[in-house]
Amino acid sequence: MSYTIALAGNPNCGKTTLFNELTGSKQHVGNWPGVTVEKKEGLYRKNKELNILDLPGTYSLSPYSAEELIARDYIVKEKPDVVINIVDATSIERNLYLTLQILETGIKTVVALNMMDEVEQRGDQINFDKLSKSLGVKVIPITAKSRKGLDNLMHEVEEVAKGDIRPTQISVFHGKIPQIIAQVSSVIQEENEQYGNWKALKILENDQQILDSLKEDDQLRVTQIVNQAEKEYQMDLEAEIADQRYQFIANITKASVVKKSTGYTETTSDKLDKVLTNRFAAIPIFAIIMYLLFATTFSESFLFIEGLQSPGVWLAGLAETVWGFLTGLLEGVLVNASPWVFSLVIDGIMGGLGAIVGFIPLVLVLFLLISFLEDCGYMARIAFVMDRIFRKFGLSGRSFIPLLMGFGCSVPAMTATRTLESEKDRKITTIITGFMPCGAKVPIFAMFVSVFFADGNKTLVTYSIYMLSIVVAILISLFLNKVVYKSGASNFIMELPKYRIPMAKTVFIHGYEKIKDFAIKAGTIIFMSTIILWLLSNFNVDSFNGKNAAASDNGSNLAEMDDSFLADIGNVIAPVFKPLGFGEWRPTVGVITGWIAKENVVVTFAQLYDDDVTEEYLETFFQKYTTEELSDFGFEDGVYDFDTAFTIYSEVILFEGQDENAFHTMKDDIKTKAAAYAYMVFNLLCMPCFAAVGAMKRELKTWRLTGFGIFVQMTTAYLVSLMIYQIGNLIGKF
Amino acid sequence: MTLKDLKPGQEGTVISIGEKGPVRRRIMDMGVTPGTQVKVIKVAPLGDPIEINIRGYELSLRKTEASQIEIE
Ligand SMILES: Nc1nc2c(ncn2[C@@H]2O[C@H](COP(=O)(O)OP(=O)(O)O)[C@@H](O)[C@H]2O)c(=O)[nH]1
Ligand SMILES: [Mg+2]
Repeated sequence: MSYTIALAGNPNCGKTTLFNELTGSKQHVGNWPGVTVEKKEGLYRKNKELNILDLPGTYSLSPYSAEELIARDYIVKEKPDVVINIVDATSIERNLYLTLQILETGIKTVVALNMMDEVEQRGDQINFDKLSKSLGVKVIPITAKSRKGLDNLMHEVEEVAKGDIRPTQISVFHGKIPQIIAQVSSVIQEENEQYGNWKALKILENDQQILDSLKEDDQLRVTQIVNQAEKEYQMDLEAEIADQRYQFIANITKASVVKKSTGYTETTSDKLDKVLTNRFAAIPIFAIIMYLLFATTFSESFLFIEGLQSPGVWLAGLAETVWGFLTGLLEGVLVNASPWVFSLVIDGIMGGLGAIVGFIPLVLVLFLLISFLEDCGYMARIAFVMDRIFRKFGLSGRSFIPLLMGFGCSVPAMTATRTLESEKDRKITTIITGFMPCGAKVPIFAMFVSVFFADGNKTLVTYSIYMLSIVVAILISLFLNKVVYKSGASNFIMELPKYRIPMAKTVFIHGYEKIKDFAIKAGTIIFMSTIILWLLSNFNVDSFNGKNAAASDNGSNLAEMDDSFLADIGNVIAPVFKPLGFGEWRPTVGVITGWIAKENVVVTFAQLYDDDVTEEYLETFFQKYTTEELSDFGFEDGVYDFDTAFTIYSEVILFEGQDENAFHTMKDDIKTKAAAYAYMVFNLLCMPCFAAVGAMKRELKTWRLTGFGIFVQMTTAYLVSLMIYQIGNLIGKF
Repeated sequence: MTLKDLKPGQEGTVISIGEKGPVRRRIMDMGVTPGTQVKVIKVAPLGDPIEINIRGYELSLRKTEASQIEIE
């Protein structure tokens, strides 16, 4: 026999901690159908009959968000065998409010009073037997963090699961309420029987979802009863019910909880908060923490120390070195393989997997840090401090983190949207994070700005692009909020949890799950799309009829990129970009290869404008450098050689915008400054690289929503670039 | 007087909470019901939202929401 045990409780009551302690590391993370909310399941370590499920945190069974609706629907519709209701004993009153509502559903419940260590530390005392009698269910004290009381708890849960111990009915309500409940109950009798009076109660609470689920004539009858009662007794039922629940709670806590000190007492957490959200210090402290978050993940000169790599960069470098070594080994094995097999394995498969490998350390480092901020309670303060600004854009202050991280790399940035509280915010933030000028887009700007804006203020042009990305992100966020999600006035009724020291174990389990999930879900997309583009850029029709092989000196059937299927595709699509000023096949192919990785745009240009990047050109170009400088670039012993020159030219010189005269013939395709600017902006805003699309799919869960996100990005890119080119052209005419 | 009018450090007792609707529901679900003691702890650095202590925990809400909560 197997039993489903659901963990329910307020946010921050210790649910995840308890879940981890009960299930160990064997967890299955999925998602609830159709929403961007994670669903975690696992078997109880000590009894595999018990399947434990972590429900989203909720304050009440009157759902307020997608998360809360899931928790409630699960409890009343799916009906787990037992609900473990975790109660944070340090704010017992608010926590018991949910407990009462769970009990109203009549489901088998065991209450776990968590954080008992803190209760004892304060010197408060709780009489568990009394509390248990008042609630009509077992109440077990635990300290999830140090596993205290867990065996006892699970023993009780097992008894309840196997036995037939229903909660004892308790009478929470008084006055006219029970009578009105009975009236409504009798109308909806057959629909109500399995819930006791739960549905009737929700109808009194004006719960739209429950009302809608009734038969039409029942709906009319119950609304009539409710309206009449409100008029007759001059009361507001909804408010009265909440009030009576809290009255009941006040009475039972008075009887079973002895507080050492009554009224407001300042805890260590409060003192800490006085500093962290202080009027003057809050913003500087916030800025420092954000800098550390960013720098630890992405910085090449960590803590402003020249050449000191941050943990994220160092690990990513290490992963890439190891991957490079493996690739090297494979190259050795494959020397005699046919050119297309060699290219498939090395450029396609190893290249595709390598892209995933390089991102994993960044995702991991950022994730460990974010889990820490989240679990210690600071994340809620970010929302508190930033709310004033972000509410204007229809977002939560917490959106700041993914957007900031987007300046480094949108892959970890998008995975960071998990910390956002509302599903709508998560969707919008994930989509607009794609607009951020990530590190890989910088070479595109550097190259174009140096070639087209050599005579102007290069810094200003680059800066304007950064600003533009922020403005576009804000506008699109507003648009999605108003038009697509039609969200009305937002509000901000949020608990500021106590600061607590997170457990390393919880933080690491988070991090581990995140990269596992990323590697599988995002990895598949990254890998597949890299292979497809490899196929398109290395083959043409003649690859398959022997013409390529006959023409090549080593019998290779591969095609050059400017002769490949990809070039054909570029030719077909190019006219679409005519109104944006770069409707030629080469820039179009650049956009497409940019989806493998944005910096590829530059490398692709070097390959496609090969009339400009000739042997002579490179030789002349590098002549002006001293031996020392050449060696700094990466030439062996500072001696120029053509083979290395191409790589250094495309990946160093162009990336850093050091050749103002690059690509003469490019100016036949992209003729004006306006067109060049439009091209930069298009690459900035259009679909991000496949790795980011993988991360996007990972967060948005469905293909439909991911497709919608890409559609928004592409349309935005097109329209903004169109405007820039057309307006730029007009101005150019004067 | 409403909760919005309290300065940090001041306390009051809730009398009633604004208009029917999901926001009021939420406010009440979070424990802000008639008769409860509230104490304003602080105002966010940018002037909004505010932080209050109620039923032994910290709750933050915006001034527009606070202005719907009648207190004495
Ligand atoms: N002192 C103490 N802290 C705990 C206990 N259980 C969890 N915590 C801490 O409370 C915070 C929130 O816990 P978490 O499991 O993330 O809560 P969730 O939001 O309900 O999943 C974390 O910092 C935990 O380390 C406990 O029994 N005692
Ligand atoms: Mg949690």
